[in-house]
Amino acid sequence: MDMLSIPVVNMTPILPEIFLSVLAMALLLINVFAPSGGQKSYLAYISFIGIVATAVLVGSGWGNHIESFNGSVVLDNFATFFKITFLVAAGLTVLISDKYMEREGCNHGELYPLILFAVVGMMLMASGTDLMTIFLGLEVMSITLYVLAGFNRANKKSNEAGLKYFLLGAFSTGFMLYGMALIYGATGTTRLYKIAEIVGQMTQPSSNVLLLAGMLLTMTGFAFKIAAAPFHMWTPDVYEGAPTPMTAFMSAGPKAAGFAALLRIFLVALPTMQVEWSQVLWVMAVLTMTVGNITALRQDNIKRVLAYSSIAHAGYALVGFAAGNGTGIAGILFYMLSYAFMNIGAFAIIILVAKKGESNGNVMDFAGLASKRPILAVVMTIFLFSLAGMPPTAGFIGKFYLFSGAVQQGYIWLAVIGVLNSAASVYYYLRIMVYMYMKEPTEEFEWVQVTAPVALALVISVAGSLIPGIVPSVILEYAQMAIKLL
Amino acid sequence: MENLNSYLIVSAVLFSIGTIGVLTRKNAIVIFMCIELMLNAVNLTFVAFSRYLGNLDGQIFVFFIMTVAAAEAAVGLALIIAFFNNKDSIDVTDVNLMKW
Repeated sequence: MDMLSIPVVNMTPILPEIFLSVLAMALLLINVFAPSGGQKSYLAYISFIGIVATAVLVGSGWGNHIESFNGSVVLDNFATFFKITFLVAAGLTVLISDKYMEREGCNHGELYPLILFAVVGMMLMASGTDLMTIFLGLEVMSITLYVLAGFNRANKKSNEAGLKYFLLGAFSTGFMLYGMALIYGATGTTRLYKIAEIVGQMTQPSSNVLLLAGMLLTMTGFAFKIAAAPFHMWTPDVYEGAPTPMTAFMSAGPKAAGFAALLRIFLVALPTMQVEWSQVLWVMAVLTMTVGNITALRQDNIKRVLAYSSIAHAGYALVGFAAGNGTGIAGILFYMLSYAFMNIGAFAIIILVAKKGESNGNVMDFAGLASKRPILAVVMTIFLFSLAGMPPTAGFIGKFYLFSGAVQQGYIWLAVIGVLNSAASVYYYLRIMVYMYMKEPTEEFEWVQVTAPVALALVISVAGSLIPGIVPSVILEYAQMAIKLL
Repeated sequence: MENLNSYLIVSAVLFSIGTIGVLTRKNAIVIFMCIELMLNAVNLTFVAFSRYLGNLDGQIFVFFIMTVAAAEAAVGLALIIAFFNNKDSIDVTDVNLMKW
């Protein structure tokens, strides 16, 4: 009898994923054998060191191009860039989680392994070149995020956030899978490169109903993950209800992962249909920016303000995607990385100012922060300036590249709408600043304690929001190298 | 397999029933069952295409979908239980602490 021959596979492309998975499982075991109810800070420290080690491992693969697992996973600069983005988001989240979880009384050790598993899923999404791999990565990420959103079991809002995210997320997965099934039916394969080959041979791919429907349904599923209108309805509620560090993580990581997979599918597998998909993305970008910014204007809860602002930011990134040229796509990569810094930084300040039970979470509660805690107010101002897109911050450079990509492609109106939206968004960011600097303090802010990990997270975030704004090339050059091989 | 179309129609009908169910039902568990129906409609599409095209990729995909659906069920039911513990209800109209 013949022995089954086991194919030799090159494991190099998924080494970081393997490393993080093993680390997460080890942490779960450590947590089981540790005395219950005690301090869990050491888990945070181990995870942070693990994340830094993974980042070094990922970074050392820069410049390589290795396909593995019969072309379903690839290691290239594009994947590497996004993996670093996810690791930045996860690292900052781990740093700000520990204190918060202790305060809210839900300091369960499972938190850190779950964050690591979510990162593994995101990494698979960024490096997957097969619909199957991308789907698996997406689900590994989503399922852990459902748990993270509902992590504070005793808190009713957190319960609701988890349940809502789960039901709507699973619903959108159904649509995405149906789209993938139709693409498979139209092309007979799930490998992205082969899909590109087969679609390239079609005389008129846009008249292929199966392919077109498949493309649109797949887009729907991802639009949900990146919180693009009209599939954004879950975002404010889930962001408000979820524990704040998880909100920070959800707004930076999964959004970048969604863009990574969407870019990979559309630019690698369906470049011949760019006329069709860029029209859809045009409309989606305008809707997303406008809905996000207009609704954010009349919110009082600061987590909801940032939730709507995160919808608006997905819209800005979609502007670059609709343009679909080098400048726009490099802009998306740049923006996703700098957004991780500025947004998680802003959430770190929100965590500091809030009291137990997530009270003190309104814009008004920031009144007088500048006179009582001037350094925190200045740091928050930097993040808000960056979110609003003012020079010399990273947010400005990111928006500049996204919009100039659209202009180069001839989408002048799209860029104009984007700039107008950006101007409108300044109102709600400035409103927070007005409360911080110009209102009389109603509180002493004596409960605000900046621990070493949080201080480290703030320093990293400030550096990440300012340095790329002053010297854009530190990130932009890599972003441009990353999109070359797509 | 000349009648690919009939399989596709059946799965499209199942998918639509699932979608309508998600949008109209109020019970979280029934909504979840409707989502499962949608996923299985997708599985049927994959298997039908796989047989028709004569390649196995689609059937492998189905195995992954079934595995993921099982994991999703575990997490989803846990979330529903946590919600029930706090609210004594699994009606989605009671998911109302935060306004849209």
